[in-house]
Amino acid sequence: MLIDWNNFTPWSAISGGVMLGIASALFILLNGRIAGICGILGGLYRPQRNDIGWRVAFIIGLILAPLAWATVNTLPNINIEASNGLLAISGLIVGISTRYGSGCTSGHGVCGISRLSPRSIIATLAFMGTGFLTVFIVRHVLAI
Amino acid sequence: MKKNLGQIYSLFFSALAGLIFGLGLVLAGMANPAKVLAFLDLAGLWNPSLAIVMGSAICIGLVAFSIAKKHTRSLLGLPMNLPTSRIIDQRLVLGGLAFGVGWGLSGICPAPAFVLLGFGSIKGAIFLGFMLIGMGIYELIESYRNLEKSKTSAAITNAKKSES
Repeated sequence: MLIDWNNFTPWSAISGGVMLGIASALFILLNGRIAGICGILGGLYRPQRNDIGWRVAFIIGLILAPLAWATVNTLPNINIEASNGLLAISGLIVGISTRYGSGCTSGHGVCGISRLSPRSIIATLAFMGTGFLTVFIVRHVLAI
Repeated sequence: MKKNLGQIYSLFFSALAGLIFGLGLVLAGMANPAKVLAFLDLAGLWNPSLAIVMGSAICIGLVAFSIAKKHTRSLLGLPMNLPTSRIIDQRLVLGGLAFGVGWGLSGICPAPAFVLLGFGSIKGAIFLGFMLIGMGIYELIESYRNLEKSKTSAAITNAKKSES
C-alpha cells in the first residue's frame, strides 16, 4: 500500500475530528438528539409540531460553517471530480439508501459507533466496504 | 414564557452544534470530496485522514454517549432520544451497502453536501438536490407500502368480523 504522505494531514484530521465529536456531544447532552444528518432530514419529510425548528437550525449551522470560516481564514480548496450525471446518480442512491438503512457517516459512523451500537458498527462496515469497492472499480477496473 | 426560552435555547444549541460540525468537516478536509475519495482508494495513493477524523470524533463521542446513556433528560430538560432498536435486518445491511456505492461514486455524504452548499459549489448543490429527491422517493415508497399493509390488515379484520 502506498500512502499519500504529501496530502496526509494528521493534525487537522485530529482537530477536525475532535470538533465533530464535540458537536455530537453538545447535541446529545443539550438537545438529547443524535447528530445524524439523515435522521435530522428524514423528520422534515413527515413534519410534526414542535419537531421542525431544531432540525432546520442544525442544517443552517452546517451551511453557514464555510461562511463563518471565510470571515477569519481563507477556505481550503475543494475538488469534486465526478461529472454532473454521476453526481445525480450518486445523490439519488445516497438519499434513498441512507433513509432505508437509517443512517449515514454521521449517524452510524460517528454517533452509532460512539454508542457502541452493534447495528451502527455493522452498517459502517457495510458502507465502508462497498465504498472501497466502488472506488476500486471506478478508478482501477473501469478507469474512468 | 419559560417554555419559550427553552425552545430558543434548543434552537440556538442545534444551530451551534451544526456550525461546529460543519467547521470540523472543513478543518478535517472532509468537506473536500477528493480527500474522501483518496481515503476510499486503497489501491491508489492512499490518504488515511478520514480514519483519523472518525477515530478522534469517536473518542469524544464515547465519553459523551456513556454520560447520555445514564440520563433520561438532557441538560436543557429535553427527552434523551437515544435509538433503541437492536435488530440487524435486511434494511440495515442493504441500506448500508447501497450507501457505500453512492458515497464511493462522488465522495460526498449527507453532512458535507450541506457544507458544500455553503462553499457555493454548484456541483455540491446538484448532489444535494438529487439526495433530497432520493429521500423523497424513499418516503413515497414507504407511505405506499404502509398503505398496502394497512389495507391488508383491514381486509383481514373485516374477514374475521364477518366470520364471527
